[in-house]
Amino acid sequence: MAAPVLSETNSAASTVRKLTIGKALNLGLRAAMEADPKVIMMGEDVGKLGGVFRITDGLQKDFGEHRVLDTPLAESGIIGTAVGLAVRGFRPVCEIQFDGFIFPGFDQIVSQVAKLQARTQGRQRMPIVIRVPFGGGIGAVEHHSESPESYFAHTAGLRVVSCSNAVDAYWMIQQAVRCDDPVLFFEPKRLYHSGNMKAEVDTAATPDPLFSSRVVRQGAAVTLVSYGPSVKVCLDAATAAEEEGRSLEVIDLRTLSPLDLAPVFESVRRTGRLVVVTEAPSESSLSSEIAARVQRECFYSLEAPIMRVTGFDVPYPPAKLEEHFLPDLDRVLHTVDQSLAF
Amino acid sequence: MSSPDEWTHPVPGEGPPATAAAPTAERVIAGLRATSEGGEDLVQLLTPEGERVPNERFDRYIADVTDEDIRGLYRDMVLVRRADRESNALQRQGQLGIWVPLLGQEAAQIGVGRAMRHTDMAFPSYREHGVAWCKGITPQQLLGIFRGTDNGGWDSAATRFHPYTIVIGNQVLNAAGYAMGQRFEGKVGDDSDGTAEATVCFFGDGATSQGDVHEGFVWASVYDAPLVFFCQNNQWAISEPTERQSRLPLYQRARGYGFPGIRVDGNDVLATLAVSRWALDECRHGNGPILIEAFTYRMDAHTTTDDPTRYRLSDEVETWKLKDPLERVRVHLIRHEMADDAFFEQVQAESDQMAAELRDYCFNMPDPPVRQMFDNVYSEPHPYLEAQRDEYVDYVAGFAGGEH
Repeated sequence: MAAPVLSETNSAASTVRKLTIGKALNLGLRAAMEADPKVIMMGEDVGKLGGVFRITDGLQKDFGEHRVLDTPLAESGIIGTAVGLAVRGFRPVCEIQFDGFIFPGFDQIVSQVAKLQARTQGRQRMPIVIRVPFGGGIGAVEHHSESPESYFAHTAGLRVVSCSNAVDAYWMIQQAVRCDDPVLFFEPKRLYHSGNMKAEVDTAATPDPLFSSRVVRQGAAVTLVSYGPSVKVCLDAATAAEEEGRSLEVIDLRTLSPLDLAPVFESVRRTGRLVVVTEAPSESSLSSEIAARVQRECFYSLEAPIMRVTGFDVPYPPAKLEEHFLPDLDRVLHTVDQSLAF
Repeated sequence: MSSPDEWTHPVPGEGPPATAAAPTAERVIAGLRATSEGGEDLVQLLTPEGERVPNERFDRYIADVTDEDIRGLYRDMVLVRRADRESNALQRQGQLGIWVPLLGQEAAQIGVGRAMRHTDMAFPSYREHGVAWCKGITPQQLLGIFRGTDNGGWDSAATRFHPYTIVIGNQVLNAAGYAMGQRFEGKVGDDSDGTAEATVCFFGDGATSQGDVHEGFVWASVYDAPLVFFCQNNQWAISEPTERQSRLPLYQRARGYGFPGIRVDGNDVLATLAVSRWALDECRHGNGPILIEAFTYRMDAHTTTDDPTRYRLSDEVETWKLKDPLERVRVHLIRHEMADDAFFEQVQAESDQMAAELRDYCFNMPDPPVRQMFDNVYSEPHPYLEAQRDEYVDYVAGFAGGEH
């Protein structure tokens, strides 16, 4: 099985490459396929085309049609057959083309993928990864810009993660594929090919554990917590705040289920203030859950109510309105001001 | 009600009250039609009167079946029916929360179950007690689901019998994926050494309306999966007759997906065995998938919570009793002197003993430990759930007697 990209890296005698998030995911998937012949890719247009976002580019050519499956156009079919393939011993990696198209597969995800391990008292593993390009900001039509992660974080039996940068993209996808539990893997689609997000990825490095959160910028005044595409918004806000003399700490959750809130508790005990930033609407969401747990653990440290900057509780709006829907630097800083005013 | 307009826009207050408990004329007709309309394409090798009917196409698939084999099929059906009746009674006595009767479908399930090799995988719905029997799962192992002590007490990998699937149609896609995997692993095509594999998935007439079943047909066909779609058309999806699911005889749907469909007399264990052997053979050789519609009848209620007198007449049930799957084999064995009284007495004694053991087992099933619901939700460590579990187990332990 040829692996032209990685061997090129090796022949250059360096394991470090500057990659976009999209390319990092592509190389991560390639590495996962090389590491285990039971790993297969499934999805609409993932083969010849390499996926509508080209995340699986070149994989079918190198690994063959039985390992990179251009599937019929049916999301329940993708997930439902992945379950059967997993029973057979495969490790399917399913691509859902866009966030808003996952719902035909929702039944199979919550009824079978999530429950089979418990139903069989652990005899049947479900090592399935479901990759979902998510979030807005790409000027798309309906159903192409959604943030459905809370549905899955709410479902027992699933694990949910989201990457925000190229280094995590490269490692987290490989770790998700190795995980024996089903993993919903949310990818920040608007940042896939952003040149600004290019980062140096050392393919010989040792990554953090998959289900761990991380402080990505240290600060003292207010803690910002986010994941996926909104991490960049928070980092930009922290940079802008610094010019005004305010020091914001930014935490990238990375894992949404299970949540790893230890770094958040530690941070909030120092800052006394927490702002949670998500594109997903606020009601009964991950941001609600984070607020509930932080108030329980950090009650006596809080100097202000826990605040949220989120998408509104409306269907994702037409593209000309999405800049109002999406949390941006100004809304984050505005909410930071409100927190500090307490 | 006769016009489509009335069906979709019923006048409030019209029609019989819900307590009338009488089937409509429409449903009576639907049910009676079912008793008479297996159709000319129905494959039958043993008539309800126990006469062997020659069949040019399928006789060779049971040419090797000996008298002893037929006695074995009869024994299977008697024991499976007895376990079903006993479990139904255990529900009536409050020992099970619910039971899903198999009564009437023994031939369909034993026929296909005995056609399968150990290496063939089964994806059942939730009424496949007869197939489970053939896969080596005991009636005891089925009880946990219905008593509420577990969600399936057998090793699905070792038995090649997937856990019961309650969501209608989900398992059809799961089976399609498994069968794709068999093909990807090269287990299809050459069966000269008997190592080729196939998969059978089970669903009912009602499930054929589900999107997952349709998608399963699409996937299995475009990937040439070695999958036998085994549809037990027992005429009723709880209260809805098959005509509420399809205009077309169900087996004919296969044509639209590009693979063969066949209707077999599901109350004829020999015909079901022969047709299933043919279908499995085709699948193992790479000519799958295939749809089998086993034309049968649910002689009891949908489950123990159901009351079929509200939607069908006892005349219909009586008509189907004349087509009983066990009776025709018993008559066949007697008429052709293939079994003596001692055989029937021995099977009777065996079923009595099995029933007694089943009852005894059921009465003594322990409640599961509290922590069971927390364990195995995940394979890998999950600190939050573990903390939740530990806190609750401690809490329960704080009461007198603690965790049972």
